[in-house]
Formats: sequence, C-alpha cells, structure tokens
Amino acid sequence: MEKFFNDDIRKQITQILEQMVRPITIKLFVDEKGCQTCNETKQLLTEFKETSKKISLEILDKNQNPKEAEKYGITLLPSFVVLNDLGEYKGVKFNGIPAGHEINSFISALIEMSGHPLKIPQVALDRIAKINKPVNIKVFVTLSCPHCPGAVQNAHRLAMLNPNIKAEMIEANTFPGISQQYNVSGVPKIIINEKYELLGNQPLEAFLNEIEKSLRA
Amino acid sequence: MFDIQIQQRPIPSIFETTDLWDLLVIGGGPAGLNAALYAQRKGLKVGVIAKEIGGQLHNTSTVDNYLGIPMIEGKDLSSAFLKHLEGLNVPLYLDYWVASIQKSNGLFFVTMDHGAVLKSKTILFATGGQPKKLNIPGEATFANKGVSYCTTCDAPFFKGKNVIVAGGGNSAAEAVIDLAAWAKHITVIHRSQWRADQIILEKFKSISNLTIYLETQLLSIEGKETMQGVWVLDKTTQSKRYLKADGLFIQIGLIANSSLIQSLSKTNEKGEVWVDESFMTSMPGLFAAGDVTQHPFKQIVIAVGDGAKAALAIQQYLIHHS
Repeated sequence: MEKFFNDDIRKQITQILEQMVRPITIKLFVDEKGCQTCNETKQLLTEFKETSKKISLEILDKNQNPKEAEKYGITLLPSFVVLNDLGEYKGVKFNGIPAGHEINSFISALIEMSGHPLKIPQVALDRIAKINKPVNIKVFVTLSCPHCPGAVQNAHRLAMLNPNIKAEMIEANTFPGISQQYNVSGVPKIIINEKYELLGNQPLEAFLNEIEKSLRA
Repeated sequence: MFDIQIQQRPIPSIFETTDLWDLLVIGGGPAGLNAALYAQRKGLKVGVIAKEIGGQLHNTSTVDNYLGIPMIEGKDLSSAFLKHLEGLNVPLYLDYWVASIQKSNGLFFVTMDHGAVLKSKTILFATGGQPKKLNIPGEATFANKGVSYCTTCDAPFFKGKNVIVAGGGNSAAEAVIDLAAWAKHITVIHRSQWRADQIILEKFKSISNLTIYLETQLLSIEGKETMQGVWVLDKTTQSKRYLKADGLFIQIGLIANSSLIQSLSKTNEKGEVWVDESFMTSMPGLFAAGDVTQHPFKQIVIAVGDGAKAALAIQQYLIHHS
C-alpha cells in the first residue's frame, strides 16, 4: 500500500508530536479476514508510531481477542482506543480511519492523552467535575469535513477530564448502518447519551449544556 | 479521500511572552491571513487567532477564479496560504475560540475561551461568514437529517439519492457540480434568476440528471425521521407543488460572523460590520476585512485584497497613534 506520509508531512507530524509529554498506547482492533479501511488504518497508525518514540501500537484481531474488545466496548471495526502512560482507558475512541481533516483530532488526542496540559477555563472544569453519571458522546464525521475535528476534540477532552464520560468518533461513510440508525446525513453530528443532539462544531460550553440537560432528564 | 490535511500546530510561546501586540488578527480565512502576511512583512508585531485556517475555502471543492492558480481545490489553496505564512514565521494561535474583545485605555483585550487574555494596539476582525438559513418551516427540524449547508462535508451521504440545491449564485452552482458525482437526481430551486458565473453554468450541459426551477420559492421542508420533500411556489403561475427529495443543500449566501463586535462597532441591517475606506470600523483601532464587512461580492480574491489594504491602513494608523 502506498504510504500516507510524504517527507513533508512526516516532518510536520514529527515536529508536532514533540509536544507529547509521556508515552501513550494505541490499541487497534481489526478483522484480519478483512474489513473496510482496516488495512489503511493499520498503515496510518504504523506510520504515526514511526514518528514518535512515545507511541506504542498494538494491533489485535477482534475475533481472537474478544475479552480485550469487550473491555473497551469495541463494536465496530476498525476501531481503536488511545490509552495513557499507565495503560488506562480514559474513554477516547476512534471508529474508522482518522485521515483527511480528521487527522487533526487524532493528533490532539495523542498529545493530550500524553499529558500535555489542556487549556480549559476553571468554570468549565468545575462543571465537568460535577458530571456523576455515565455519558456517551458519539461524533459522526466524514474525512472531507473541516469542521469535524473540533467537535471530536471537544468530546475527547471531556472524556479525558471525567471518568464517567466516554467519547467516540465515528467515520460515517465506513459505517453506513449506524449512521442510518442515527439519521446522519450531515456532519459533524454529535449524539449525547443516544438522544441529545448537537449540530456543527460547537464550543465546549454547548457540549456541557447538552450533557447537563441529558442528565437532568 | 484519505488526503491528509494537517492543521494542528503547537501554540507558539510568543503568545505567552508578548505583553503587547501591534496587531492581532482574528480569523484564519483569506482576509485575515493576507493581512497578517502584509503586517509581518512591514515588521509589525502581529499574531493570528483562528479556530480554523482557511475559513470558507473548505466549503468549496474547486476554486477557478483566483488569478494565476486555475482549478485549485479550496483545501489546497488554504494549505498554500498557511505554508506561506509559516514561511514568514507569522505566529498562529489555532484551535481556540475568542470569547470576547474589549477596549480599555486605548488598548484591546482579547479573551480566549480558555481564559487567556492577549493585549493589542489594534485588532483586525476577519471572521467571515456562515451559510445563511432559509428560515422556512422544517429547516431546523431536518438540519443534518437531509438539510445541509456544506456540500463538501455531506455530499457522500446522498449517493444514489434525490437532492435539491437552493440558491442561484456561484456556491449553489458549484454545489450542483459537486453533487453530480453522487446524487441520482439534482433539482435546483431559486427564487429569481441565476447570478452564478456563466463559465460554471456551462458545465451543467454535461450533467444529465439535473432539473432547474427558477422563479420558484421554497415554502417548507417535510418529512418524518428525515426529510422527504419540499413544498415550493412557482412564482410565475402562483401554483404550489410538492417535490420529493432526500436532501436539501442550502446555498443562498452568507450571514456575517459579527456577534463578537456588535457592541463595539456599527453594523448594517444584515449584521455586516461597517468599515470606512481604510477598513476601520466605527471604533478607532478596530479594523475589519473580508466577508464580515458590508462590502458586496464575497469572493476569495476580494477578501485577500481587502486584507492587504487593511494591513497597510493599520500600519499607517499605528504610526500616527503610537
């Protein structure tokens, strides 16, 4: 397969990933018998791993590792989680390949999971800390959507800051079934706890408003 | 499709070490970026704050009216702009929203949504516009359930489906061309006559699955879980009819992203920021350029030119007011 990175892109990514503080681990689940974009995702993540010593990559066949897959709630393939330096799952998941524009939310996840400080105001941090029930955030994206990475970043940041929150990117074209189930025909589309919807890239505050609404219900 | 589009950049430490900027540009589209380029070349202490680089360039697949660069993809033009700025070491504060802009004792204070405050002698507000809504029944209900404002983002969802494009300008005509590769059938609905460039309309000849209704007004969007059709009014015959469709791409122009400075400066009835011939708003030291201003003809090349003019005017202003 042709490489994703040319010299220029590799140099840029290497430079950006110098911001990583501690090591992280990516666990990628695929179907070795084949699945849409499984090979491409393997390739992309492998190229990423080659740009920073702080990235470890484990590639697992879901069928051979059902317990591992269950632990991270893997239902779609390819799907991967980004774990912190202690190997803990903070709820940061990507379903489908984060290429195109979505490369940006993936780079953020790597840097921020490694311990790079998040720039979030104290008022928002206080609100996030108060979330005491499980919250699932799904962000549907396409790779040609420039406004999508911002939405994915916000969702993942919330997950990193509160163990009750789990956030996942879903590449809509790779997974038409679940996209239809949630009536996705425009992106980014954000679904909070299966029911509450946000459209477009929104500031963190809008996410918090919607999460608080869902928890009051 | 997988084409890597890196925008992530570390925030340069200069944003922490600089006490006072000559110019902070707010907005990462063509107007803001070219203003920053001109200001940097003039030796001003300039920084750019932008949620996204490229602005509306990312909503268009092909740009063919930028002199010297025929048939370039919007995202590639955006990358070229970014590369040019980085080559000149213009500091970019990307990925965060501006929460507020205030003026006190002749200086501007820009507060970011994460709480950081930046101080500057002047501001160039170049936040562009966002797609205008039709404001008809059903539009909000079916947003992202058939109703879309971004063809490059959402066209793939309409593979083999029937879609409507609302509008008659270049953006609407480009949307038709982008959708032709995906949709089963495209219907254009526009309340008056085409305003799009003839050269784009010529391309319609090669699109077989296209129907055009001019002098036709959209009345409402109907559906259940997702949109299923629209009611339209044929203005010539004054007759109403129902058209079945799975999607509606609304491309009827822009509304200015001016809310951050509406309390600081004069805006017109459309919310566009009023500027004088040197691109200064009604508040001294606060400048604006590009699609956010009252200037007609929202075009990339015009925004770029306005950005340059604004930067030069800001340099003059700083000479006289420092």
